[in-house]
Amino acid sequence: MRLLKLIPDNTNIGFVRLRKWAFGLTALLTIAAAVLVGMRGLNLGVDFEGGVMIEARFAAPPGVDTVRGYVDRLHVGAADVATFGGDDVLSIRLPMPPEKDEGATNRLINKVEAALKAQFPSVTFNRAETVSAKVSGELIQSGLLAVFLAVFGIAVFSWLRYEWQFGVSTFVAIFHDVLVTLGFFALFRLQFDLNIVAAVLTIIGYSINDKIVIDDRIRENMRKYRQMDMRTLIDLSVNETLPRTVMTSLTILLALGALLAFGGPVLRGFTAAMMLGVVVGTYSSIYVSSSLLITLGLKPQLTDPKKKSGPADSAERIG
Amino acid sequence: MLDFPRWKVISIWLLLLAGVALAIPSLMPAGVVRMLHLDGMSRISLGLDLQGGSHLLLEADTADLAKQNLQKMEETIRTEMRRGDTKIDIGDISTADGRLSFFVRNVNQLDAAMEKARAQTQPAGYTGQRDWNVAVVDSTRIVMTPTQAGLATSVDYAMKGATEVVRNRIDATGTKEPTIVREGQTRILVEVPGFQDPAGLKALIGKTAKLEFKMVDMNADPSLVQAGKAPPGDEILQFAREPNEPANSPPRNLAVSRRAILSGDDLSDAKLDKDQNGDPAVSLKFNASGGHKFARATQENSGKLFAMILDNKVLSAPRIDEPILGGNAIIHGSFTTESATQLAIALKSGKLPVNLKFIEERTVGPQLGADSIRAGVIASVIASVAVIIFMFVTYGRFGFYANLAVVMNIFVILAVMALLNSTLTLPGIAGFVLTIGTAVDANVLINERIREERRRGRGIVQSVELGYKEASRTIFEANTVHAISGLIMLAMGSGPIRGFATVLLIGICTSVFTAVTFTRMLTAGWIKRHRPTEIHI
Repeated sequence: MRLLKLIPDNTNIGFVRLRKWAFGLTALLTIAAAVLVGMRGLNLGVDFEGGVMIEARFAAPPGVDTVRGYVDRLHVGAADVATFGGDDVLSIRLPMPPEKDEGATNRLINKVEAALKAQFPSVTFNRAETVSAKVSGELIQSGLLAVFLAVFGIAVFSWLRYEWQFGVSTFVAIFHDVLVTLGFFALFRLQFDLNIVAAVLTIIGYSINDKIVIDDRIRENMRKYRQMDMRTLIDLSVNETLPRTVMTSLTILLALGALLAFGGPVLRGFTAAMMLGVVVGTYSSIYVSSSLLITLGLKPQLTDPKKKSGPADSAERIG
Repeated sequence: MLDFPRWKVISIWLLLLAGVALAIPSLMPAGVVRMLHLDGMSRISLGLDLQGGSHLLLEADTADLAKQNLQKMEETIRTEMRRGDTKIDIGDISTADGRLSFFVRNVNQLDAAMEKARAQTQPAGYTGQRDWNVAVVDSTRIVMTPTQAGLATSVDYAMKGATEVVRNRIDATGTKEPTIVREGQTRILVEVPGFQDPAGLKALIGKTAKLEFKMVDMNADPSLVQAGKAPPGDEILQFAREPNEPANSPPRNLAVSRRAILSGDDLSDAKLDKDQNGDPAVSLKFNASGGHKFARATQENSGKLFAMILDNKVLSAPRIDEPILGGNAIIHGSFTTESATQLAIALKSGKLPVNLKFIEERTVGPQLGADSIRAGVIASVIASVAVIIFMFVTYGRFGFYANLAVVMNIFVILAVMALLNSTLTLPGIAGFVLTIGTAVDANVLINERIREERRRGRGIVQSVELGYKEASRTIFEANTVHAISGLIMLAMGSGPIRGFATVLLIGICTSVFTAVTFTRMLTAGWIKRHRPTEIHI
């Protein structure tokens, strides 16, 4: 049986040679994403902004403006109506009602639901959420802290495990991955909620996974070929691990593709973020983080073969 | 490396079998599980987002609790200073700035007063602190300041009580499988699956239900009362609003004695009843001491009014026509059957020791939950099939072994989740799908390495051995990194993030076993049995 080989044997692409272009593109993407997030802002969900959210499913697409018109007529504050996953599912966001008693939000939700039911008898209500400003503030804080801790913790891990250059290059690449993902959300005004924070954290873990596999191979080759030029060595390492990089990214994209197509509207934003993250992360692993090691001045001499500092070193026996 | 002793092979298979057996109850509908008498086995429960229901987060009003503590201490000091052989003469007690402060008129009694005040404080915390600091200021004034440790202790105590009260109230409605847990210091999380009426639930559990009977001050000047000025020893309370009363009508005030003749603690039962007009009402039954107190108060105050007060609002102020000796009373008010039932449940379960506010509320309809489960299952199956085909086409026999490992991994993850009584949420399903994708990464790493070693001209056994050995190090590192982000999500995240991280973390641990150990055993067994001269990889 002929087996599928995505990357032919002895592939040798000069990734390092392309690094000036790659760095330029990366810088451009990162700046564009930062500007997008800064100018357009993120479409924060009720989790992070507080307020009331009602998700309604209609028999046929009712039109966002029509529904906004009906809600505005109730005089319950500025309604933010948007499609959610598909044209027939709308999310209606409202500010907290002025009354402070415990039933106030429920009366608001009932009022809106009754008004919509009168116009669209077949409408069903999927979800209703109320998040106070206090909780949403905490969720933002813990979300940001989680992302920061993840990037920082993992960069420290690569620094302790290898040379500092690996830590820095991983950090830069991850920073790029996260910003580009956020830029994507700002560009398409996709709702940014708690699920997306989970997606971003997974992208971070995932992208670093990719980089560690390549970094690991660079380290291994640095011991094996002590006289080799650093550029050749990094190209060799990236090319050697290329079949694995492509294969794994494709399997994950296959799994995520299934989730995107069949996983329902609630997970759609989450899945889209992940797919983008996998693509961006793979790009930054191949083109950015490994080539950056040269710019950062990593030299084969830095590695002392006699220094036994952990399981990675004691596992070395080839060469 | 390829040497697998028989006992190892047997124990690996036994472990996997156990995984499959433990996972099966979670995969069957609840009805089938009951039919087969497997109820005793732990199953994975579904999150609210998958089965529909209400999620409520309540927070204690600690400022209110501090105020309550202050009032209680004021009352205690007042009575304690009067008690005993030598009464201590003190001036008015001020409660400004959250502290108690009072004059001791006779300087010679200062030490005795200090001693009495100190005796009212309790140890708090683990550092030998007390709940109040007592100090003398200007040689005549005693100042009592609540300590942080004291407040923390009272918050903790009140929250334990509040959690219990909330549980009792929800249980009284007959709701199935509610989750009521304390979160952090000052919060209670309530999750009620299948419940579609959050408003009713909130009215029930959010009510403090502090019931008091107090005498109405018949001599108070009505104009002063309406202006909100209380005569000494009295307090001004407002009547509860009638449902048909316009929202902007001025509040009606009533002057009542500060001392309660009866409180909710004196109740033994409360239930829904009807008053003489046939309107819904709540009938109360007092315990022995409560009945006695009520009898005495009604005997002494015949012809006067007393107020029935709920959460500091006057419900009604009836006239005492004759002594009430039976230990029963009935509360009228403008109740509906529903609100009277809620009040009866709330009164019977006792008052909340601290006011609770709702700070987060999420309700998921059953339709969305069912849709999400279906979508999640379909996506998982398609993702698995796609990955399985892809792996087989790429790595042949080795891909097949990896696929077996993926399937086993799904069962083992389910088994571990069932054993840990984890809850599966929609992000959890996403975590599942992602785990399927990442678990094969381990096999991709191994198989690519074997391919590479073969290309370098190594023998079959040596290539396989090196493939596993070299890839294992990378897999370990990759898994560590994944675990770091998973642990951070678990520690920092809330709700959906945690559901996702749980599955991810379990998947990382189990996949080491299935994707590395299990496939190595299969590969080693095949090589030993067939001694292949060439491998297709």
